[in-house]
Amino acid sequence: MGSITLSRVSKSFGEAKVIPSIDLEIQDGEFVVFVGPSGCGKSTLLRLIAGLEDVSGGQILIDGKDVTQKAPAQRGLAMVFQSYALYPHMSVRNNIAFPLKMAKVDKSLIDKKVSDAAGILNLTDYLERRPSQLSGGQRQRVAIGRAIVREPSAFLFDEPLSNLDAALRGTMRLEISELHNQLKTTMIYVTHDQIEAMTMADKIVVLNRGNIEQVGSPLELYSRPRNLFVAGFIGSPRMNLIEGEFARSKGAKTVGIRPEHFALSHESGLWSGTVTVAEHLGSDTFLHVNVDGIGQINARCDGEFEARHGDRIYLTPNETKLHRFDEQGLAI
Amino acid sequence: MARAVTTRHKIIATAAAWAVALVIFFPILYTLITSIKTEPEAIAGFNLIPSFTFENYVTVQTQRDYIKPFMNSVILSVGSTILALVIGIPSAWAMAFSPTKRTKDVLMWMLSTKMMPAVAVLVPIYLMFRDFGLLDTRIGLTIMLTLINLPIVIWMLYTYFREIPGEILEAARMDGAGLWQEIVYVLTPMAVPGIASTLLLNIILAWNESFWTIRLTTTSAAPLTAFIASFSSPQGLFWAKLSAASTMAIAPILIMGWFSQKQLVRGLTFGAVK
Repeated sequence: MGSITLSRVSKSFGEAKVIPSIDLEIQDGEFVVFVGPSGCGKSTLLRLIAGLEDVSGGQILIDGKDVTQKAPAQRGLAMVFQSYALYPHMSVRNNIAFPLKMAKVDKSLIDKKVSDAAGILNLTDYLERRPSQLSGGQRQRVAIGRAIVREPSAFLFDEPLSNLDAALRGTMRLEISELHNQLKTTMIYVTHDQIEAMTMADKIVVLNRGNIEQVGSPLELYSRPRNLFVAGFIGSPRMNLIEGEFARSKGAKTVGIRPEHFALSHESGLWSGTVTVAEHLGSDTFLHVNVDGIGQINARCDGEFEARHGDRIYLTPNETKLHRFDEQGLAI
Repeated sequence: MARAVTTRHKIIATAAAWAVALVIFFPILYTLITSIKTEPEAIAGFNLIPSFTFENYVTVQTQRDYIKPFMNSVILSVGSTILALVIGIPSAWAMAFSPTKRTKDVLMWMLSTKMMPAVAVLVPIYLMFRDFGLLDTRIGLTIMLTLINLPIVIWMLYTYFREIPGEILEAARMDGAGLWQEIVYVLTPMAVPGIASTLLLNIILAWNESFWTIRLTTTSAAPLTAFIASFSSPQGLFWAKLSAASTMAIAPILIMGWFSQKQLVRGLTFGAVK
C-alpha cells in the first residue's frame, strides 16, 4: 500500500519560502509526475516526502500514518537519484543488496531477491561489476534495482533520466512505465521534461514557484489548462497566446491556440502571414509564421505542408478549440 | 593541432627534469656522501669522493644511543598523527557535510595559525609547558605536534570529504543505514584513500618538525631532530658524524615516503585534477 497525503506542507530555507503551502492527495498505485520549470520546488517537495529535508510546517501522511517526524529509512520509501548515487566501492550485487543488509534480511533471501531484481532489470550478467564499469543506462537500472528489492510503499524518482542521452531516455522511459505496470506500486517522478510527464503519468502535478498550478491527467491538462501558466507550460511546441483585438472579440484578455489547431492554406484563410522558419520532419511540419496584426504564431500540421522561408500563407484557427483566459490569467 | 613532440624535445625535457631533481636531492646526497668520509675529509672542503668509511655510524651509535631518539620519533609522529586524525575526521566531516555560514571562516582561521611564525609564541608556550610539567615529556610533545599539524589535517580531510557526493550519503539514508552504518559501510570506504594520504603526510611532517622538538626537549623525550642537533655542539662541529646522524634520522621517513609516494601525490593533488 502506498497512499501519500500532503497537508499544508511548507518549506523555507532561511528567509526564502520555497514552498508556501501545499495540499496533495496521491492514491495507492498511482504514477504521479511533478513537473515545472527549474527552481519551482518540485525536487524540494520530493525530498520533503522522502524525509531528506525537514518540513517547515504541515504534515505528511503515508497510508494514513503521520511520518512528518520520521527518518527517511522509516518511511518505507525508495528513491532513485539523478546522479544514480550508487556506492562506487561495491559491486552491483552489493549495491542492490545494501538496503536488505541494512534491514538485516536473511542471507539466502537477499540472494534470491537480488537475482530476481537483476532478472527484471536485465542486470544478471553484470552483478559482479563495479558501477564504474557500467554504462549510464545500466547504472540507472542498478539504482532502480536497489529501490525495487526493498519492496517500498512508493518509489521516488528525482529526474532519473536527465543524465542520459535522448535515445536511451526514450528506452528507459518505457522501462519505467513497464515496471510500474508490473509492480503497481505508487511512483512519484520529478522531471522538467514534459514529454516524460505526458507519456508516463497517471496524474501530473504542475508546480510553479512552490505552488500547485494544476493537478490532473495528462490529457486534462492538455485540453483544459486551468490558467495561463499551465497552458504555456504543457504542450510542445508551446500554445500560442494571443492578446489584443482578437482576444477581446472572443470576450477574453488572452486567447490560447495550440499549434495543431490551425487550418493552413496557400489560398485563403482568416489570417495571413509570412513564414519565418519552416521545419519539415516528414511526419509533421512546424511553421513559424509572422501573422499580420497578430505577431509570431507556431503552427503544426500532420505530414508535409509545402512552405519555405518568406512564403505567404493563410491560417484559420479552429474556433471550437480556443482557450480563453481572463485578466487574472484563469481559464474562462 | 596537437603540439608535436619530437625526440629532441623529449631528450631536453628529460635532461631538465633530471637536473632539477638532482638540485633538489643534492643536499641529501651530499649528506650521505659526507657521512662516509673521515672527519678531516669532511672539513677539507667540497669533495664528492668519500673514502667509504663507516666508522662515523659506529661512533654515532656508541657515543649516543640512536635507538632511544628513534623510538621517540616514532612515538611522537605516530601518536600525534593518530590524535590529529581522531580530532580531524569528525571536524572535517561536520564541516564538509553540514556546513554553516561560518565554516569557511573557521577553516581560514585555522589556516591562519600556520602563517604565524612559531618563534612568536615560543616564550608563552615554553612557560606553559614548564608550569604544567610538560617539558621534555612525550605527552607534551605529542600534544604540541598534534596542534601544529591539525589545521593541515583538517584541510586535507575536508577537501577529500567534499568530493564525496552528498547524494550517495542520502541514498544510504534512504536505504535504511543509520548514522553509524552510513559512516562504516559508505563514507569510510570511500574516504580511505584520503585518510591514508593525510596520515602519511602528517607522519612525515611530525617526523621532520624540528623547531618545537628541539626547544621543548632535552633528553628523555628528544626525537631524532634533537639527536642530529646535538652533534653540532658542544665540543665543536663534527661534519661527518653529524651527517651520519642525519642520514640515520631521515632514512626511515625517506623509505616510507618512497613506498607511499603514489598515495601522497594523489592526496596532495586531490581536487585539483579529477
